[in-house]
Amino acid sequence: MSKRLAALATRELVAGFGETEVLKGITLEVGERGVTALIGPSGCGKSTLLRCFNRMNDHLAGFYRRGDIMVAGRDAYDPSWPLEALRFQVGMVFQKPNPFPLSIRENVLFGPRLAGVKDPDTLEAILTHSLQRAQLWDEVKDRLGGSALDFSGGQQQRLCIARALASSPDILLLDEPASALDPIATARLEETIRELSSEVTVLLVTHNLQQAARVAHRTAFLFLGRLVEESETTQLFAAPREKLTEEYVTGRFG
Amino acid sequence: MSALRRWLAEGTSQRWLAAACLLIALAMIAGLVLVVVRVAGGFFWPRPLVELTLANGTRVLGEVWDREGDPASPGNTRIRLKVGNRDLSGADFRWIRQSEVTARSVPADAWLIERRENGNFYGFPLRLDADGRPLSFADPRFRAVLQQKIGEAHRLLDEERTVRRRVDRQHAPVAKLMTLLAAARRRLVDTRDLEARLAAAQVREAAETAPAMERLAAVREALAHGKLVMATAQGGDRAIPVAAIVRAVPENALSRTQKLGLYLSRWWEFIGGQPRESNTEGGVLPAIFGTALMVLLMAVAVVPLGVVTAVYLNEYAREGALTNAVRLALANLAGVPSIVFGAFGLAFFVYTLGGGIDRLFFSNVLPTPTFGTGGILWASLTLALLTLPVVVVATEEGLQAVPQAVRDGARALGATRWQTLRRVVLPYAAPGILTGAILALARGAGEVAPLMLTGVVKLAPAMPFDSVPPFLHLDRKFMHLGFYIYDVGFQSPNVEAAKPMVYAAVLVLLVLVVALNLAAIALRNRLRRKLRGAAV
Repeated sequence: MSKRLAALATRELVAGFGETEVLKGITLEVGERGVTALIGPSGCGKSTLLRCFNRMNDHLAGFYRRGDIMVAGRDAYDPSWPLEALRFQVGMVFQKPNPFPLSIRENVLFGPRLAGVKDPDTLEAILTHSLQRAQLWDEVKDRLGGSALDFSGGQQQRLCIARALASSPDILLLDEPASALDPIATARLEETIRELSSEVTVLLVTHNLQQAARVAHRTAFLFLGRLVEESETTQLFAAPREKLTEEYVTGRFG
Repeated sequence: MSALRRWLAEGTSQRWLAAACLLIALAMIAGLVLVVVRVAGGFFWPRPLVELTLANGTRVLGEVWDREGDPASPGNTRIRLKVGNRDLSGADFRWIRQSEVTARSVPADAWLIERRENGNFYGFPLRLDADGRPLSFADPRFRAVLQQKIGEAHRLLDEERTVRRRVDRQHAPVAKLMTLLAAARRRLVDTRDLEARLAAAQVREAAETAPAMERLAAVREALAHGKLVMATAQGGDRAIPVAAIVRAVPENALSRTQKLGLYLSRWWEFIGGQPRESNTEGGVLPAIFGTALMVLLMAVAVVPLGVVTAVYLNEYAREGALTNAVRLALANLAGVPSIVFGAFGLAFFVYTLGGGIDRLFFSNVLPTPTFGTGGILWASLTLALLTLPVVVVATEEGLQAVPQAVRDGARALGATRWQTLRRVVLPYAAPGILTGAILALARGAGEVAPLMLTGVVKLAPAMPFDSVPPFLHLDRKFMHLGFYIYDVGFQSPNVEAAKPMVYAAVLVLLVLVVALNLAAIALRNRLRRKLRGAAV
């Protein structure tokens, strides 16, 4: 039974592509708000798991899944819940910054416009608020009409966060968002993530254990498609219950 | 051996080879442009009129066009002299052996008369017969009066053309009724009503055109007056009606500025004028216009069709044997000789589609075809088919270059497939699509063979675009620079004299193609700049 307050949950989730089974029965609950990190060695299935929650895997060839995927207490595959509506509620930021070849303004307002928001005042408010929450406002407020492609990688990634926030999602999926950034940009991004976690549920996939330790309230360790351990971040790093977890976080493999 | 291998490995020789290939390519392009510019550029520049006295006592006047070794007597040269006066001598050119020439002079009072018919006349002005009394060449007012009379004649000719066009327009209802009547008679249906309407229309036309016809008669009367009497080098003389003169030029007495003015005015006449003398003289304006309009119509047809095809192929169709077969077919289509497209255009567009349109909408004038004959629409569509593979392939490449991450980003924000395509993928692929359009334009503007089967003509009576509603007449035949070049260069009655016109037309065609391409490239670069520094 999933808790009533769980923002994201899976039960006995088995998923894969064609012949390859990537997730081998994962049961996980992510509570409302706060940052939950998914860690594990390459190929353990943490990105696949993340992409289950906004059904991005559906577009990949040969994807299949068994078991439940719950978003805000509701089945993500509920036929009465359109895919597009699900994605308005679950935002996602990718590994590499992927701004559209449009202006800053149009990048941020992409989601609201899809949702049919037309009132200029509302759009302007969303623009300002999203950029402020992504801590990009001060840098771009004078060049909102400029191309999004003129920015540095860190700025582009925060723009992608602002773009995701503009649809005011309750949940934000971050797929190794700092892997293409330099250390300074990474630090700023982590600060942004911490700020956001007071309002939205953040699920963060990361390769970087220090990053998980710095930003995540809870951490889940995945290994070969199975959930090994999930607990408070401090506990998982300081006193893991499983031997496998201890070996991974102390750097004996990975 | 090892030294040779090292030398080959260093790649110096390969670099030189590559540079040499580039150089050869550049030299060929530069050579093409140089030849065209040289021949076409020099053609309109005034040449001196030379008078040669031959051993047998005769004298000839003309422009020296060529000099070469005499094949009949080695060691001697012969001169190709443009002697003009086609109506007197029968040919524009004469070969003269250098050894026969006993004297050579450049007489200051030799004039070139460019005529509307029979080409140039070279000779010495004697007098101008106008206003009832002769004005001698010796009279100081001669030049001024002659130029004034020529100017007057030009204005009268312009007026004649305008009035004639108006009369033609007023004749249109009668012409249409006559076609209908002929068609009705052939079908053996009752024609009494049509006959009555035709009679009424004829009465109306006669009343409407009466003042215009009167004016036309007056203009023609005025044009019949005025004759310039010229002496030829042989000694005879010849009266040339002032109305037949395009220009009268004392070629040997021109200053540099006057020469330049004459040169520019000849270019202007070529670019902005109507053709004369089965295209070997006058201008190419209708051909320039036909070429540009045909290429634009082709682009309007091929770009949307090609882009939509490529979008379906790349974004929606499931990859497999079928899509590969379609791609293979498109690639092969690009390799089919263009005349095959012409044959297809004639069979499908002209006969099948055009014939069908005629049966459905223009059956009352059949068997006179409206769309069931070659025209600018069918020619454009044929070329659109010919250039379709170029647009499809370029668009597909542009679509494939759109990063998956950007598509995913749009989908993750809740965009449907169509919204992603429309708002993100197509803008991203726009420069690639425009590259395809540019290549298609370049290919289409250079094709001639398919047009010959689908609607190009040597001389079109009316442009496909004019001031008569519906302004754009897609059923009309049209002139095209490429066909003009072929026609004047190979089919003209006076190939030798018209050859420089071919080069001038080539130059205009090259400039037109380059201009069309530059416009498209500028558009693409604008879009590229917007996409500059695209991430991922």
